Amino acid sequence: MTVKQISVFLENRPGALAEFTKILEKSNIDLRALSLAESEDFGIVRVIVDNPFDTIQILKDEGYVCSITKVIAVEIEDKPGALVNMLNILGDNKVNLEYSYAFLAKKANSAFMVFRVADNDKAIRVLTENGIRPICHEDMEQLFK
Amino acid sequence: MEHYFDPKVECASREQITAWQNERLVRQVERVYNNVPYYKKKMDELGVRPEHIHGIEDLHLLPTLSKDDLRDQYPYGLMAAPLSDCVRIHSTSGTTGRRVVAFYTQNDVDLWEECCARALAAAGATKDDVVQVCYGYGLFTGGAGLHGGSHKLGSLTLPMSSGNTDRQLQFMTDLGTTILCCTPSYAAYLSESVNERGLKNRIKLKAGIFGAEAWTEEMRRDIEKGLGIKAYDIYGLTEISGPGVAYECSAQNGMHVNEDHFIVETINPKTGEPVPHGQKGELVFTSITKEAFPLIRYRTKDIGILYDEPCSCGRTHVRMSKPMGRSDDMLIVKGVNVFPSQIETVLMNCGYPANYQIIVTRTGSSDRIEVQVEMTPEMFSDSLSEVAGREKQLVSALKAMLGIYCVVKLVAPKSITRSEGKAKRVIDKRNLYVNSADPASTDPAAN
Repeated sequence: MTVKQISVFLENRPGALAEFTKILEKSNIDLRALSLAESEDFGIVRVIVDNPFDTIQILKDEGYVCSITKVIAVEIEDKPGALVNMLNILGDNKVNLEYSYAFLAKKANSAFMVFRVADNDKAIRVLTENGIRPICHEDMEQLFK
Repeated sequence: MEHYFDPKVECASREQITAWQNERLVRQVERVYNNVPYYKKKMDELGVRPEHIHGIEDLHLLPTLSKDDLRDQYPYGLMAAPLSDCVRIHSTSGTTGRRVVAFYTQNDVDLWEECCARALAAAGATKDDVVQVCYGYGLFTGGAGLHGGSHKLGSLTLPMSSGNTDRQLQFMTDLGTTILCCTPSYAAYLSESVNERGLKNRIKLKAGIFGAEAWTEEMRRDIEKGLGIKAYDIYGLTEISGPGVAYECSAQNGMHVNEDHFIVETINPKTGEPVPHGQKGELVFTSITKEAFPLIRYRTKDIGILYDEPCSCGRTHVRMSKPMGRSDDMLIVKGVNVFPSQIETVLMNCGYPANYQIIVTRTGSSDRIEVQVEMTPEMFSDSLSEVAGREKQLVSALKAMLGIYCVVKLVAPKSITRSEGKAKRVIDKRNLYVNSADPASTDPAAN
């Protein structure tokens, strides 16, 4: 019940992200979600794509350093207070977030959160116990149909 | 009027200088052969015995010595005097793993300080002057050398050591410093500070002695103008004694080598063959009066030219040009010796690939060293703090190895330019060497 995220090392310079997305375009890869983290001299772009295994091979062939990470994605209602509820469940159960970002799909009134945690199994258990079912990669594709 | 510390020696005839050198060389070779097993071994390997050495014309028969020999024999292997006769050590700047320790007897210290006194006198210093020494004090020879030279001359010595610019400027103005001794980059910085703070009319400086790093004629002019002084160069190495191996006079046209203590040669760095005076070669020194740590034909890796022509200052000792480059890949950054191989070692210890590039720049008077390292799958993670944390560890490890702060920049794989399959490791944008940016590779003597 996880989603495969690709993390890619990017230099922190003008055009680096554009070059990266150009490759996705060229290979007809569809981005589902994107988040960028930057330090002074480099950045890490994290993406969720329609076909992670092909994508990672393409990126490696293009000389990028990248890795696949299993992250947790959940659907929340698109209304004020929905995120608080979700975060309280994780916080109360001592699940620490390393990073998190949001994306939207084609489903009305729904937003989606991605969580990177140290212990996926625990996070999944906690969420399931509270009636929330994390999305798996196949679910993802349905969301964009 | 030209000032001398010891005019009888500084202006001695060539015959006299040669006679001193012949006598002292023969004695020194005998001493090291009989007292230092390493020298005996090296000479025996070449089939050279002390009785083959009659004077400087036989110098070329002797084996040369490199920094590798010094490291190999660390710490006591090259000592020619009992430890009980030694009174001090000094050590090369901030190069862990490549540290060289030099020993001094009291006589060694005295002679070294006299060499520095000659340099100070040549810059116009007398017993009535106030000499501010802002070279670092400690293991580095800069502070101790000029400090001792100033004492020998009877000048009032301000043992400031490096840094703390506010205090430097306060003493400079309050105590009326007339002679400044520091690295050229610090002199440039002090000059900027003096002018920024409007202190120019409150300083009494007349001259400065600036060494321990490469500097250009442009820098000299800027410092001279900024501080209203005459700026003199000085040359030396810890291995040979420290600053004062050679120094500039009022002519500012090359540095006089203290030939009564050091025999200087130029050789082809590739073949080891002697290079005639007037042509570029690697500078090689033999210390003929040192007792504790005498080096015979020590290869400095500095490329320079020797000049025999008479000097307008009246001194007769041979002059050497400013070093025009290195025959190895050593860099001097912020006054500290840096070898690319040290950086390579740190990278590999930290798990990075040995594919890197060092970029050295200078803004105003301060050096900046950036180490670019290629990212690898092994060192990558989706967590920024993890990657940044590893980068921080690398910065600390470089600091520990080199003694200076390096900026680390992680770059994309295969982004470091390679020419003919081999990456150019060092890009020095400072253009410190007058004749060419990369003299070691363009100089015919180096090939």
